[in-house]
Amino acid sequence: MIGEHTVGDTVFFRGHGTLEIDPATIVPVLHRLRDRGYSFLASVHGVDYYPHEPRLGVHYELLDMGRVDRVTVKLRVPTDAPEVDSVTPDRAAPGGGVLAGWPTANHQEREVYDMFGVVFRDHPDLRRILMPEDYEGHPQRRDFPIGGEPVAFTYNDTPSLGPPR
Amino acid sequence: MAVSRQPLGPAGPGGPAGEGGPLRIRELSSRQLLRGGEIVGRTPSAHPEGADFERYVEERVLTTTLDRAVAWARSNSFFPATFGLACCAIEMMSIVAARVDVARFGFEAFRASPRQADLLILSGRVSIKMAPVVRRIYDQMLEPKWAISMGACCSSMGVFNNYALVPSDKFMPIDVHVPGCPPRPEALMHGILRLRKMVQEDPELGWRERYGAQGTEEIVPDETAGRGA
Amino acid sequence: MSSTEEPTTLSAYRRQEQSITLAPVEEQIRSDVGGASDEASHELLTLNIGPHHPATHGVLRLLVTLQGEVVRDIKPIIGYVHTGIEKTAEDKSYWKAIPVVERMDYLSYFFNAMAYCGAVETLLDVEIPPRAQYLRVIHLEFNRIMSHLVWLGTSALDLGAISMFWYCFREREAILDLFELSTGQRMHTRYIQVGGVAEDIPRGFAEKLRKFTDAMPTRADQYGDLLNKNEIVLQRLRNTCPLDAQKLLELGVTGPLLRAAGNPWDLRKAAPYSSYDHFDFKIPVGTVGDNYDRFAVRLAEIYESTRIIEQALAGLPEGPYITTDRKVALPPRHELATSMEALIHHFKLVTEGFRVPPGEVYHPIESPRGELGCFVRSDGSSKPARVHMRDPSFVNLQATSHMAEGAYIADLIATLAMLDPVLGGIDR
Repeated sequence: MIGEHTVGDTVFFRGHGTLEIDPATIVPVLHRLRDRGYSFLASVHGVDYYPHEPRLGVHYELLDMGRVDRVTVKLRVPTDAPEVDSVTPDRAAPGGGVLAGWPTANHQEREVYDMFGVVFRDHPDLRRILMPEDYEGHPQRRDFPIGGEPVAFTYNDTPSLGPPR
Repeated sequence: MAVSRQPLGPAGPGGPAGEGGPLRIRELSSRQLLRGGEIVGRTPSAHPEGADFERYVEERVLTTTLDRAVAWARSNSFFPATFGLACCAIEMMSIVAARVDVARFGFEAFRASPRQADLLILSGRVSIKMAPVVRRIYDQMLEPKWAISMGACCSSMGVFNNYALVPSDKFMPIDVHVPGCPPRPEALMHGILRLRKMVQEDPELGWRERYGAQGTEEIVPDETAGRGA
Repeated sequence: MSSTEEPTTLSAYRRQEQSITLAPVEEQIRSDVGGASDEASHELLTLNIGPHHPATHGVLRLLVTLQGEVVRDIKPIIGYVHTGIEKTAEDKSYWKAIPVVERMDYLSYFFNAMAYCGAVETLLDVEIPPRAQYLRVIHLEFNRIMSHLVWLGTSALDLGAISMFWYCFREREAILDLFELSTGQRMHTRYIQVGGVAEDIPRGFAEKLRKFTDAMPTRADQYGDLLNKNEIVLQRLRNTCPLDAQKLLELGVTGPLLRAAGNPWDLRKAAPYSSYDHFDFKIPVGTVGDNYDRFAVRLAEIYESTRIIEQALAGLPEGPYITTDRKVALPPRHELATSMEALIHHFKLVTEGFRVPPGEVYHPIESPRGELGCFVRSDGSSKPARVHMRDPSFVNLQATSHMAEGAYIADLIATLAMLDPVLGGIDR
């Protein structure tokens, strides 16, 4: 349900509008925006606002193809309770019937889960998508080390072989 | 630049082996030898012997050891495995294309199955999810087999030195590294030809001889131990 | 099948294997002969395609559930080329992140750089000089043609029309020669910079470009003739795996796939960026949305891109090729000898890089595969705090299972080819 405290802030930056909302209301907000015409969900991606709490942000980029207008919906969840309702599945409408979900968010929410650790409730298949299934840690968090290793070559000390024949 | 013509020498056998070119003299002396006749200007003998015999044989017969013959054949017929990972794969496709034509050397038979291939060109970045897959494919290839690490990413982490990549030397032996990001098709060709030279001329240059390695082994868990497949 | 071993010492897999008998198949044969086929008695086979397979465009793994030869479900498993590009870009300054971000979708490297630089320029609020915009358009459209050529060559290879590969790569070599002439590199050229382009085009570039654009339409005609008159290609592509535009929009699919289904959505026309509104070009749109339309739309886009390049070259304005704001772009080298300010700017830009005011921006452009968006978050320092590329192939891949449901395996291969997935973009 959308209450009066749903929208925390609206930002208009460089010609583009943004709504910052309460994480619990993401599904009704997106449905409302879809009714207004913003039916194309272009991107679902995550941001880590370390060190500002709440740290994990999820952004939804919406596009109205008819009026060629874009709007972004942003929410933030803390690391100790990183749960958001998934927008992928169809949900039951309060008055009966079905509110269609956005199938496009399937892989994108899995990527946010993999890289940031945000758990999407009711996602049909929430598991790691880019890292191996048994990987530990969420790599794109800002406090995850970038990694890398020193290079080891198969030792090869032959002198120059000259031009190939 | 002045061009001068030189006569090859008087035509017909048995004539004086004069100032004709060396080719003509050799031809004449070969015919002489075959007929058992005299070679003008050399010690006459009915049958070639000693140094003459050596030269006679050398002119006609290519002698070699079996190893070198086999190495020559192997080096001229690599069957690369189709193994493109990322951007370098596009440049690897370019060497199959017409400008830098790998078919000139006989390497155009890219085999899809690793069992039929003997050259693995690792073209692109090897992620940690892909490394065991690459190793398994390399193990499925039959000996003798070679590997070329193409590009900076698989040779030495390249542009991305981070959590997601593995340098290819960590999990499999590489014979030739080709630097570049991505290497030009000509550079990859240079690397393949260097491998060819290595295989053809001096197998001791490879890692196998130096480390006494006989091949690669894969250790699989015991199936009947009741721990499942 | 009887086993000589005790069942308890067998692994779970072996026990399952031995539990399979021919009974369901025999029953199905009986019921088929009897006239009624019982769906429930059919066995489903899960086949693993990839990650190493000659017919996938990169290391894509598909778990295909088959009923006989008919595909019932596809689960793509990706991540085999995951390179952590977005995390690496956070570690580099804005200027140095351009080569990192370029290597994402490795067939459309100019587009990756364009999306990223567009986002940073929006944050910085710098003006791009018109000559730089036209030069960007020229190189972007060349990249589009080159990407479509590689797609055409490799897709025809998958379908069995093998000679197309050599013809397409011949054209591609001509384009890469042009890239080498103007930027110095064949691939991953680092040509598009924040504020404009890295260098002006050299002498001789315009003539070579005209030679190419004069020859390209004829060559594209030849490719069309080769494939459009080939009965096997037509049989494999016509009416196979169609998907309607509404379903594609729900799945977030953009680009030639959406246009093949009839929706003429193209960001170059809808929300023009970098002077695309100065050029006159058409958007090819399909009707049915099957594999043949996807192929035809991309082939037609090659002609349109050639037209754009010709117009851009004809109307190339004079002026600087990169912004004159010295806090963002390097000063020209001759100024370093005379001006102290230029020296200081050069030093600051090369060592630390420019600082970007804090903010978050999402900049979408039209890449050969669809909407390529770049999200950049800046926290005021000289390194980006978050770079995310919304890659079109990542989102388009979700349509595979919907497209190929109920089709044969061969149609699945053709669909994958027509989908044009580039795994570098999918996995980043």
